[in-house]
Amino acid sequence: MKNVQKLKRANKSLPFFFKDEFKVSFVIIFISLILLLTTFTFDIVPPILNRGIQPATFPKALLILIIAMTLIVYYLASKNPWKIEKKLSRSFFLTLFSFILFVIVSKTLDFFLAISALSIFVSYFWGEKRLFYLLLVGIIFPIIVFIFFETILGLRFPPGIITNIYYS
Amino acid sequence: MDNLFLMLAPLFSSKLLLVLFFGTLFGLILGVLPGLGPTTGGALILPFTMTLDPLSAIVLLTSIYCAGTYGGAITAVLINTPGTPAAAATCLDGYPLAQKGEAGRALGMATVSSTVGGIFSVVILVFFAPILAQLAYEFGQPEYFALAIFGLTMLASIGEGSPIKNLIAGAFGILISTVGKDFMTSIDRFTFGINELTEGIGFIPVVVGLFAMSEMLTQSTLINQVFNRIALKAIKLPSKDDYKKTWKTILRSSGIGSFIGVLPAEGGTVASLIGYSEAKRFSKNPEEFGKGSIEGIAGAEAANNAATGGAMVPTLALGIPGSATTAVILTGLIIHGVRPGPDLFREQPDFLYGIFGAMLIANILFFIFGFFGAKIFARITLVPNKILWPMIFAVSVCGTYSLNQSIIDVWIMLFFGVLGFFMRRYGFSVVPVIIGLILGELVEGTLRQSLVIFEGNWLMFFSRPIALTFFILSLIALAFPLIRSRKIKKK
Repeated sequence: MKNVQKLKRANKSLPFFFKDEFKVSFVIIFISLILLLTTFTFDIVPPILNRGIQPATFPKALLILIIAMTLIVYYLASKNPWKIEKKLSRSFFLTLFSFILFVIVSKTLDFFLAISALSIFVSYFWGEKRLFYLLLVGIIFPIIVFIFFETILGLRFPPGIITNIYYS
Repeated sequence: MDNLFLMLAPLFSSKLLLVLFFGTLFGLILGVLPGLGPTTGGALILPFTMTLDPLSAIVLLTSIYCAGTYGGAITAVLINTPGTPAAAATCLDGYPLAQKGEAGRALGMATVSSTVGGIFSVVILVFFAPILAQLAYEFGQPEYFALAIFGLTMLASIGEGSPIKNLIAGAFGILISTVGKDFMTSIDRFTFGINELTEGIGFIPVVVGLFAMSEMLTQSTLINQVFNRIALKAIKLPSKDDYKKTWKTILRSSGIGSFIGVLPAEGGTVASLIGYSEAKRFSKNPEEFGKGSIEGIAGAEAANNAATGGAMVPTLALGIPGSATTAVILTGLIIHGVRPGPDLFREQPDFLYGIFGAMLIANILFFIFGFFGAKIFARITLVPNKILWPMIFAVSVCGTYSLNQSIIDVWIMLFFGVLGFFMRRYGFSVVPVIIGLILGELVEGTLRQSLVIFEGNWLMFFSRPIALTFFILSLIALAFPLIRSRKIKKK
């Protein structure tokens, strides 16, 4: 409890644009405004087809509500600051990077290869150095999952360099 | 009598018994593993249920729900980390009691009180769900709109964390449901020219992303965390003295849990906290709480398991999920072509009472599994995260892909994983997003249809007594956190 108070006090001394409450509120409002502008590009239906309200009205109302509530959150945070969150660790960024790697590999090379690469990458950077376990999570387990989905659920995985070999 | 026979039907079907057996076992494993739980597990298993008939699929999901909620207690007692959020209150007394060398006694009490709470809530479900369904016949579009609004405001009011942040998350969930073709006019909304988005954003990618993938990112920040595990010799049934001390607490918490479960909120988590604090308030020895009180364990565990049956009441009777896991079960019902609501009670009583019976049996099964297998389940917590989470990733990706065979769904899942991580980091609960997403179509659809009925006159909503009652209750729900915080400040 004391620690939380300390972190809150430390937050109070920061300039407003460095505070988490500002950054979070800013991001929410910024994205909401972009989406709100997008709603003005939605087609308008003629009155005869209009069911109660225009298709854009409901999302517009929601976005305005989100913006208003975010402003309230920011106002309340100015009175009672949030505690400063711990800096994100290297392993977090590596895991996040592995997600991006997964998207790139699954799009350009192969879906199965992407799962395999991510599994080995994450397991290794989370501290697993034993080869058997890396092979287990990176190759043996994905193969089991792949075959299970393929045979039991009749799933056809997207084409790729390894998947094509399997299907041919 | 007929209904009782229908309830016992799963006992006479070897297939359903097998499904129940695996569901309970799988639910226990999910509950024991910190970070997983019945919601994530249910979402992961949902694609597999497509190979089952509707009753077996829902029986599988509900048994995971019941057993997973109990499973969290094993981890709470032995490693002071709740296996599921609903077991957070169990840590407060379970772990201190285990530290005193009484882990078996703590787990014995957790098992018994969970079973009693679970069975109590099934009885509530059997009696109240048909009554609520009967009432729902009086509901038109405006009443359903008001009910959905009430559900969302309740979520903000008694859910965990900041009420306004919960409301923002709920509104965001509804906003996600508007992506794709407008279901009334077929006009594209927020599709940004991406063809795959015209069908809207699926429920599974969002749930798996917000729960499983965001948890994976959370676990990545905790890889150096060391758990102090307490060895479990054997689980012990509570003594006569323990029963004497706790029977009132168990019954009270079962009632509290069932009631909280019925309200659309974070079900078990809130129920266990209230069950625990009420157990302390009524206890003759409140000073023992936090130091290994057997009443504390009973209060928390009976309440969180009682919330499972309670949460199924609005899910089945109205199609409004009572918790995040029941939102997954509701999705399971919908993808199997079953529409929850009053008609379900009239047209498919065998299906419904089959679910009730399955929940009853699942509660007995997890008692048996827990009692004889807690030692083995406790060992599951020894699986290191560096092995476990890459495996969960593989299952999540394939499961998400399998529903529509769409790679876009997998990317959506990853996006929501990252979003969910940051939401949780900054105090936004992800549960309202799920509930908002599932209620979104109902909220917008009933609003628009009501406006057609009312010829655009918004004030007509207040001319309907049931709708007006729900709106007033919504206002009370919104005011409740303000009154509560003022009371706390005064103290």
